[in-house]
Amino acid sequence: MKYLNEYRDPDKVKVLLKEIAETVTKPWKIMEVCGGQTHSLVKNGILELLPSEITMVHGPGCPVCVTPLNLIDKAIYLAEKKGVILCSFGDMLRVPGSEKSLLQIKAEGADVRILYSPSDAVKIAQENPDREVVFFAVGFETTAPANALSVIQAKKLGLKNYSILVSHVLVPPAIDAIMSDEETRIDAFLGAGHVAAIMGLNEYYPLAKKFNVPIVATGFEPVEMLMGILKAVELLEKGESKVENAYKRVVSEDGAPAARKLIFGAFEISDRTWRGIGNIPDSGYELNIEYKEFDANLKFGIDIAKAKESEKCIAGVILKGIKKPFECPAFGKECNPENPLGAPMVSSEGACAAYYHYSA
Amino acid sequence: MTKIKMKLNCPMPKLDYDIITMGHGSGGLLTNRLLDKTIFDILKNDKLETRHDGAILPLSGKHAFSTDSFVISPIFFPGGDIGELAVNGTVNDIAMCGAIPQYISLGFIIEEGLKMEEFWDVLVGIKYACEKAGVQVVTGDTKVVERGSGDKIFVNTTGIGVMHEKANISAKNIKVGDKIIVSGNIATHGVAILSVRKGLEFETTIKSDTQNLNFLVKDLLDEFGDYIHLFRDPTRGGVASTLNEIARDINQGILLKQANLPIDSQVDAACEILGLDPLYVANEGLFITFVESKYANNILSALQKMKNGENAKIIGEVTHEHQGKVIIESAIGGKRVVNMQVGEQLPRIC
Repeated sequence: MKYLNEYRDPDKVKVLLKEIAETVTKPWKIMEVCGGQTHSLVKNGILELLPSEITMVHGPGCPVCVTPLNLIDKAIYLAEKKGVILCSFGDMLRVPGSEKSLLQIKAEGADVRILYSPSDAVKIAQENPDREVVFFAVGFETTAPANALSVIQAKKLGLKNYSILVSHVLVPPAIDAIMSDEETRIDAFLGAGHVAAIMGLNEYYPLAKKFNVPIVATGFEPVEMLMGILKAVELLEKGESKVENAYKRVVSEDGAPAARKLIFGAFEISDRTWRGIGNIPDSGYELNIEYKEFDANLKFGIDIAKAKESEKCIAGVILKGIKKPFECPAFGKECNPENPLGAPMVSSEGACAAYYHYSA
Repeated sequence: MTKIKMKLNCPMPKLDYDIITMGHGSGGLLTNRLLDKTIFDILKNDKLETRHDGAILPLSGKHAFSTDSFVISPIFFPGGDIGELAVNGTVNDIAMCGAIPQYISLGFIIEEGLKMEEFWDVLVGIKYACEKAGVQVVTGDTKVVERGSGDKIFVNTTGIGVMHEKANISAKNIKVGDKIIVSGNIATHGVAILSVRKGLEFETTIKSDTQNLNFLVKDLLDEFGDYIHLFRDPTRGGVASTLNEIARDINQGILLKQANLPIDSQVDAACEILGLDPLYVANEGLFITFVESKYANNILSALQKMKNGENAKIIGEVTHEHQGKVIIESAIGGKRVVNMQVGEQLPRIC
């Protein structure tokens, strides 16, 4: 596959690994923020190829993992409602709510559909004027433009039977929250490449300065991951807390203004609760005043009591990078992909599931 | 005869109904008329013609016996249909035992409202696949269920085949060092089906790999029977799930090399875009075989010269380490576990 094979080239990987080994002199903890990067590190076996001085810490960048239990319960409540078609990205389906998962209620007869694009949900709403279509709008800045576009389209079409259940979270406030936690010790961040592709690099300069930490926008293929790690190690060894771009084929300084225009056409910044971490101010999106009519929360007046998380699950400590999944007493025992106690065991991007599936 | 040519012979206009109704499953006049004009006509052979409750077969010696049900949606897909799939699926299960498939049974559960033309096309697929595989439909059953109780048409086939005299197929024969050969490109069928599934449609020329494997298996057994320890077809759950079952059964490790996995570039790209791991995607016309290490290269080159074996590759071997597990060495040299699939493979968000 062109544009992919070049970034999976074993020879280039060898050269980069050698350079990293030659550059590193001290132990460093580097956090990859994005779940896609965690997936790539583990799937390609990169972790065992890195020099022992480097510890990769897996951040909270898996949207499935940080979506609060309460919101999953709301999605399940909606899907069980008569006449509702609940549409979702695939890997949200297996996440356990407080009692059931979307996959379970689908088996019980609820109309839950897996989609690749929120625009398809708009199409379903057009085709089913007598049904209510709700899209479970989960994700970081990456999925926000498409989710925003869906309500913009719906408004243009005059659709009254389409709404979205918003659970959008943002990367920079999460970095801020992690670094502000006294327990954490992260030396550098690999910035989520696809988020930076939309948002650009501007948000990272104040963070790098505030916490004196290098941040390197990084891609997802093995060669790109190692380019990001090498750049981070170089900065750390030199004692520089700069923002660098190691994913130039996709990320530009200013990101994608057209995509941001879509986002802020329909959304505004709001506080968000992150599963396992708690409330982070200004860390998400909600629909703005112009598009409030598409907010499923308001439309259906959902009022569900907040459910309690499993006491055994240490997702918060894992997502903040304080502990590794295998340091959790429940890991691989009571908690496994078939019966996950917490969200990081569900999505293949979740740190726990990635370790469970791929660690030899 | 080609499949296209057969389609022209549809007796549709002569039938009283253009859809299947509950009456067609009643066992009465409508059932008889349907069977006469469709199944008995198109699948004609001496054993079926006796129209007895069951078939009487002249068997002697050791036989393999297998059954499978087919519920695929949509029933027509790029590269095949549920009828072809139902014949090839059972033919292949018998071939995987090291046998030569001979006779199959054919059971239909039809949802009322199925278009007669679609039923005919499924039968054409069955006839086509039977002729290609050299098997006969010798007995069968047709039931109709109310609308909403099925999904157009479900097909069950059960087959029987005589064991190849050189076959000694058992996981017990597998030894450390055995090489693992896959007979062609992986993940093709699953991606072809996804490409036409409602809500996911994407443009592609990928076609299902549904095909019979019995001739490939027979030819390999003729030449290398003593050195072939196991055949398996990695259908649902893909190559990963099948190899996990085997690793668990033999309590040895399996080491795969990512770089050696044969995959069509379009299928690979589709998996990349859809967020699917090709190792877990279903195959239909594909087998995995465990063979004596010393003869692996000979077996591979013989297979690569056969029709439908051109893309065969040695993908891994049996190891002492990692007992009961499947390990893959990534293209860049890192290793990871390949687990059994949990539930359905769900596409990732980003």
